[in-house]
Amino acid sequence: MPSTTSLLDTTAIGRTLVRMASEIVEKSGGAGDLVLVGIQRRGVELAERLAQQIEKTERAQLLRGKLDITLYRDDLQGVPAPVVGVTDMQHDLTGKVVVIVDDVLYTGRTIRAALDELAEFGRPRRILLAVLVDRGGRELPIQPDIAGVTVTVPKGQTVRVSVAERDGQDAVDLVPKAAS
Amino acid sequence: MSAPTLGKDLVGLEGLSREQIELLLDTAEPFKEVSERQIKKVPALRGKTVVNLFFEASTRTRISFEFAEKRLSADTVSVAASGSSVSKGETLVDTARNLEAMRIDMVVIRHGASGAAKFLGDRIASNVINAGDGKHEHPTQGLLDILTLRDKFKKIEGLKVAICGDVLHSRVARSNIWGLTKLGAKVAVCGPPTLVPREITALGVEVLPHIEDAIAWADALNILRLQLERMEKGYIPSLREYNRVFGVTVDRLEKAPKDLLIMHPGPMNRGVEIDSAVADGPHSVILPQVTNGVAVRMAVLYLLAGGKPDGSAARAEES
Repeated sequence: MPSTTSLLDTTAIGRTLVRMASEIVEKSGGAGDLVLVGIQRRGVELAERLAQQIEKTERAQLLRGKLDITLYRDDLQGVPAPVVGVTDMQHDLTGKVVVIVDDVLYTGRTIRAALDELAEFGRPRRILLAVLVDRGGRELPIQPDIAGVTVTVPKGQTVRVSVAERDGQDAVDLVPKAAS
Repeated sequence: MSAPTLGKDLVGLEGLSREQIELLLDTAEPFKEVSERQIKKVPALRGKTVVNLFFEASTRTRISFEFAEKRLSADTVSVAASGSSVSKGETLVDTARNLEAMRIDMVVIRHGASGAAKFLGDRIASNVINAGDGKHEHPTQGLLDILTLRDKFKKIEGLKVAICGDVLHSRVARSNIWGLTKLGAKVAVCGPPTLVPREITALGVEVLPHIEDAIAWADALNILRLQLERMEKGYIPSLREYNRVFGVTVDRLEKAPKDLLIMHPGPMNRGVEIDSAVADGPHSVILPQVTNGVAVRMAVLYLLAGGKPDGSAARAEES
């Protein structure tokens, strides 16, 4: 069985998130109008942690949202209907600075779908993209504004992000493709 | 990957497994939120064409399906029997084949004949959804009833549901019985002997002869409409007498050991099978049922549109 390579452990993820949080505040010019929107599923947990970190350092209250992009996918035809998750967007996004948070950025298609869905909830002043892992392989002209770590993934392998809330522990690993 | 799919058609709950019913209910859950948005639309069924073929009168179900289709971005056409070629004598299959020649993807059908949905589904390539066929089944109503029960009681297993009234003519009763018993609920039916088919116990339900018994036993009452249009004379002596013996009234409910959840598939005959004070009372979920109807129908449309049986599970890699 091919082995698992660790990219980030619990401590490294914690450190990375702190840095990402401060980059978010820096790039958005303050915590004032920030809304952190996590993409189902692991983006949601990461967005929550980033929000808490920003609230701690900036002493501000941040708005949050959850986005499930399943119904906005461009590959719904011809495959069994994927499981639909919950979208939870309580706030009008008009005039806000929205930060889309996801675990891994790969083809960019998820983010394309997320941008479409976000447009239904208002007209943000600005949208930023923050991802924990940028693994390359884009199929659309989409790039992250804030990336925790950038990796090149060898053939036959993929990135697996685990978060404590969902998976019992924090980890970013390179794993053989089938095991993801 | 052994995730259940639905197959081509939704004819009834009788042919579904517990897992398939749970998949439908779980899929309906996120669709509730779409209808709460300011822009009530998602692109999941963009480019799909759905025909609503209604050979019987319907307000709630037809509009509910239309909303579900539109909120999923499907293109829809609604055909009523009167004013269409059906009134010129065209057969059901010919009507549907002509529609298919215009390249449609799905048909939602309501028909007075039991088995019409399956008959059609076996003969055309489009997905067919049963919106009520004669006295057979009304699966989306059954699903929305079960979803409403699950919202309130959190689980269906062990729940006691009494289906009261005109069971004989009721496709709603049959879909509820199939769905609820598959999920482990206990189901009883209650109504005058002329309106409760003798063979109903074969479906695994109990027959309670008195409405007081049903009220004393159940956690929830699903009160059926007296289907006056399907009745020749002789089933009941009079509407007034029906109300006196089988009507669900505040007086009767006050004697119950606990508060009962009150459901009704609509349209109601107020003052006949259900009193206004009950229908509008604090334990009534008759309007939440209607709200859930749209979510359930969105789930059915979504799953049938994507769920080709044994289709490749090759889901593009995440992100």
